Amino acid sequence: MALAPLRGRLKTRTLMTDNGRSASGGATPRDAGPLFEARDVSLQFGGIRALSNVSFSIRTGELFSIIGPNGAGKTCMVNCISGRYRPTDGRVRFKGRDITDVPPNRRARLGIGRTFQNLALFGHMSVLDNIMVGRHHLLRNNFLTGAIYWWTGAQREELAHRRAVEDVIDFLEIQHVRKSTAGALPYGLRKRVELARAVALKPELILLDEPMAGMNLEEKEDMARYIVDLNEEWGMTVIMIEHDMGVVMDISHRVMVLDLGRKIAEGAPEAVLANPQVKRAYLGGTDAVPDQAA
Amino acid sequence: MTALSAMTPCGEFRTSYRQDTTIFPTALSRNLMLAMVAVLCLVPLVADRYILDLMIRIGMLSIAALGLNILVGFTGQISIGHAVFFGFGAFASAWFVRHGVPVVAAIPLAGLATTVVGMVFGLPAARLKGLYLAIATLAAQFILEDFFARAQWFTGGVAGTITEYFSIFGFYFDTGERYFYVVLAYMVVMYVMAWNLMRSRDGRALVAIRDHYLSAEMMGINLTKYRTLSFGISSFYAGIGGALYAHYLLFVSVEAFNILFSIEFLGMIIIGGLGSVIGSLFGTIFMVMLPEVVQWGADALSGGWIDRTLRLSNSISFLREMVIGAVIILFLIFEPDGLAHRWRMIKAYWKLYPFSH
Repeated sequence: MALAPLRGRLKTRTLMTDNGRSASGGATPRDAGPLFEARDVSLQFGGIRALSNVSFSIRTGELFSIIGPNGAGKTCMVNCISGRYRPTDGRVRFKGRDITDVPPNRRARLGIGRTFQNLALFGHMSVLDNIMVGRHHLLRNNFLTGAIYWWTGAQREELAHRRAVEDVIDFLEIQHVRKSTAGALPYGLRKRVELARAVALKPELILLDEPMAGMNLEEKEDMARYIVDLNEEWGMTVIMIEHDMGVVMDISHRVMVLDLGRKIAEGAPEAVLANPQVKRAYLGGTDAVPDQAA
Repeated sequence: MTALSAMTPCGEFRTSYRQDTTIFPTALSRNLMLAMVAVLCLVPLVADRYILDLMIRIGMLSIAALGLNILVGFTGQISIGHAVFFGFGAFASAWFVRHGVPVVAAIPLAGLATTVVGMVFGLPAARLKGLYLAIATLAAQFILEDFFARAQWFTGGVAGTITEYFSIFGFYFDTGERYFYVVLAYMVVMYVMAWNLMRSRDGRALVAIRDHYLSAEMMGINLTKYRTLSFGISSFYAGIGGALYAHYLLFVSVEAFNILFSIEFLGMIIIGGLGSVIGSLFGTIFMVMLPEVVQWGADALSGGWIDRTLRLSNSISFLREMVIGAVIILFLIFEPDGLAHRWRMIKAYWKLYPFSH
């Protein structure tokens, strides 16, 4: 009985594979050492161990998914990568450099961008301005040159970046709302604007925290397409947290499974899905699953 | 508000990003603003001293109010010590003049000195939020007020400071008619700079911090730097306003910059519209004119039965305070977005007139 929902999802997956792409196809990750690496990352809040000794690495060009039941520590992991949390133990490395102690605002410049699980747009700004904020670390004008706009090159720079932002807007098909106030948009569009803002950062590694949460099937398909395009055409390495197994299994190159802060599996989607420990973590119970110790 | 800000008149087509990033949405609105400034230039030729005095005060205060709006309205920080920075600018300018700096240079120098002081007091802002920050800025208010009273060398102590007229190449701006142009020029420059700031990188960063500081940080915005910077910019505006005030009145007294004055600044930007550049001006006009209007009202009623029952002529001073308080409360209830929002609504109404739907 407990296995039924999972099987149902597997069916969706096969369906989507037909008009999508197989997990092994698409961009072949270049083999040039890990782009990102977590070594024995532990995160502790008081007596709660949110993450215990999680290690993994991601190659350039990969689409890597982190899955796990609620409270498994997925978002904590992403927060350790983006710098919002500092791991209690262990190191995180990006492009061969130890970034454990790099403050979050400096990581954008290094090439890490992210979206949030709960929408984190700048609600009173226009969509355009939201996305322009993503260009912050690429812009050179400051409050002095900006204040006298016309004579300092600030205008030229702003307009050049506006063009780049328009490319992102075109890609994500949000032209019609570019002047709207971000906070007033419907949920699906806000998610897309948030993705646009992260893409405008020109990150090498983009972290997507539940990009499809709360979306209907059509919106999910669109979003999955954007993510695959980001990965293949824009050349971004993606780390994605997602609960929709159909999507995860369909578009990820590799999947890591967290449960109660521990990594319980990592590998190709099919292999991970077949892993008895994963089944146990998701579905609980022991009857349908062979003994873990065996 | 969304729909309004996105609305452009029909027939208005933009074919370049440059046209799409102008300060004023249409050529007409820009030309009207230029015409407005031109009309203002003619005011001293016709207006009497009373009107000129009001307008000069509006000019000086609106610069400082704009500074506070950049801090409170755009960055989402709070300050209940803005008046002391205004005062610091006034004393600093007078101090520079006493040490041989010409007034022309003393005003921007005073602005810079106030920036430094503001940033020092703004440093806790990087760590404090909301009420805690309010209390920290309240401390700035009292510390600086005390400093004004004690630092004889800087402020002249309780006796206050006397300073000089604004002058360029021996031409003295020693009358209201002349000084009006100095204030107007400063006002135009400071407002245009604020508009430009808000459409460039650092201005957006400030607003981003206000709206969602966590994701602003992820976008590569250094929160400490920008929060402190916001205090700096805000103090610069206050300092410039204060310096203009010093060279208008020629006398700066230590009692002027109390907490009531600080709260009046907050009233200006709340009534004018938080997060609106032009709203700062509207709010200042409102706050300066309100007591005058109350006075006119009292004068008009004098001798009548209302005057006799309420004894308006005696109670005018506290009546004014009560009206100001009541107006702020009414604004918070009925127009929390301030006069700037009302202004947008009026513009939208006329854009669609006579078909309002």
